[in-house]
Amino acid sequence: MEIKSTAVAGTLESSDIQIMISKGSSDIQIDLESDVKKEFGKQINQVISSTLQKMGITAAKVKAVDKGALDCVIKARTIAAAQRATKTTDKPAWEVL
Amino acid sequence: MKNSVNRELPDDLMNKLNYKPFESTEIGNPDIQRVAPSVHVTTGNDKVVDSIEDVVKKTVKDGMTISFHHHFRNGDFVFNKVMRVIIDAGIKNLTLAPSSLTGVMNDMVIEAIKAGTITNITSSGMRGSLGDFVSHGGLKNPVIFRSHGNRARAIEHGDIKIDVAFLGVPNADKLGNANGMEGDAVFGSLGYALMDAQYANKVILLTDNIVPYPNTPASIKQTQVDYVVKVDKVGDPDKIGSGATRFTKDPKELKIAETVNKVITNSPYFKDGFSFQTGSGGAALAVTRYLRQSMIDNNIKASFALGGITKPTTDLLEEGLVNKVMDVQDFDKGAAASMHNNKNQQEIDASWYADPDNKGAMVDQLDVVILSALEIDTKFNVNVMSGSDGVIRGAVGGHQDAATAKLTIISAPLVRGRIATVVPDVTTVVTPGESVDVLVTEYGIAINPARKDLIQALSHIPGVPVYTIEQLQQMAEKRVGKPEPLQFTDRTVAMVEYRDGSIIDTIKEVKD
Repeated sequence: MEIKSTAVAGTLESSDIQIMISKGSSDIQIDLESDVKKEFGKQINQVISSTLQKMGITAAKVKAVDKGALDCVIKARTIAAAQRATKTTDKPAWEVL
Repeated sequence: MKNSVNRELPDDLMNKLNYKPFESTEIGNPDIQRVAPSVHVTTGNDKVVDSIEDVVKKTVKDGMTISFHHHFRNGDFVFNKVMRVIIDAGIKNLTLAPSSLTGVMNDMVIEAIKAGTITNITSSGMRGSLGDFVSHGGLKNPVIFRSHGNRARAIEHGDIKIDVAFLGVPNADKLGNANGMEGDAVFGSLGYALMDAQYANKVILLTDNIVPYPNTPASIKQTQVDYVVKVDKVGDPDKIGSGATRFTKDPKELKIAETVNKVITNSPYFKDGFSFQTGSGGAALAVTRYLRQSMIDNNIKASFALGGITKPTTDLLEEGLVNKVMDVQDFDKGAAASMHNNKNQQEIDASWYADPDNKGAMVDQLDVVILSALEIDTKFNVNVMSGSDGVIRGAVGGHQDAATAKLTIISAPLVRGRIATVVPDVTTVVTPGESVDVLVTEYGIAINPARKDLIQALSHIPGVPVYTIEQLQQMAEKRVGKPEPLQFTDRTVAMVEYRDGSIIDTIKEVKD
């Protein structure tokens, strides 16, 4: 699926994550900011990239500002941002959930 | 070598600093010898000076140990004023031995370390930029962390030998009689500073308020004081303690507090004449509120409340639900003001409060204590010193000391954001699991299996599920996942003493 515009989902509240997705060249590039990067950085990156791949997105730039979100939150925010970026919010990707 | 909580300790430092590994919380009945300070004899007529520079010049020399108290907390002006003068005087190789270090002191301490002015530190704790600096190897020699009771013990033993104590006070007369209760920047109890006043070779008071002689009540006495320095302002009253205490509305904290109260009231210790200590966190304050109602409902009064004191506790004193408040430190304005007005709120020094090498300390008489935790592990060991990233960001405080109570309750959420509080192994052991009895989380409680009596007493409280601590740890891990192990270098940046002066754990330099 193609990224049509830059889109954001999520807030900077505690236990949330803000995901911004914009056009990328060849693969999924994630710039992660998190207080728990040392402990959970790999895990967070993995959740974001696997969620995008399941949606058929192979090229994107992702800026993620994490405030201690759990995996389910990261996944939900990633899907929301991706659907906004691909202009597919009218067709929720239920199968990804 | 390893100690009895299974922590590997560096042999070279243990030998060099002549330390024993931690073995047990039992203190036993040893005979010990206390030290005494040297006294420069005067009639006391020339103690008042206006210049910190002059008094530093007269008293502080390279290689000495200097001390401060932290009763002004983040409203402290004294530490930075004095350290500025000491750094500018070019004095080197000092050991800094304050009762603790607060955030306002951080930048100055870092500057003093970089200038070679401070080369050793012993403290209750450190946070923020200083904790970060030390955790990244900024200080060559390891910091020694001691509890409030252990600091008193170390001073009495001569392990900490204070050459010069700089003690800020909101009032003093020209001979040095002083208390913490009157003036602009009042903080109530002088509990920690009383050790310095009694044992330092030179005692220098700094005050913005010289009052007519003789000043009473005198917590610090003229017999102990060498100089009284007049300064502009000793502290910012608005930053010393929080103003009106607000009760938490956080449902998680309220749930924990309510459960803590159920544990207390269902324990065999909840009877007329019992004693307790609570901390200053949101949940601890809420516990006091629930406990108050339970005491009224059951017609039970407490003989004393101990420790760092807050307004909700002094309210119980006013109401007659608590007979005495034994006060080593006041966390808010209400508690500080109450000490002035209520003769049943007794100022106690850190030795009386919690020194294990004593003819009886208050903590030895304590029935119930509620303490917090950054982490607690499946052995019930508690960490209040290092964060989930391994960086120093806490203080021993009275944690180890109060944990010797008959019923020690740790109140903590199962997870904080993505960080588990209940873990397989804490990053730094501060308080050994041997002295911890019950963990209360928002999901339920875990009882130390060594306390069969409590398992019997607390296993059938309506609405309080009992888990093993391993089950709580697994519940936490299921929610947040398994973190990557922290990376440290081999270098020791801090050593944590147990209250008896043995080493319970060390903190290593973080690898970034």
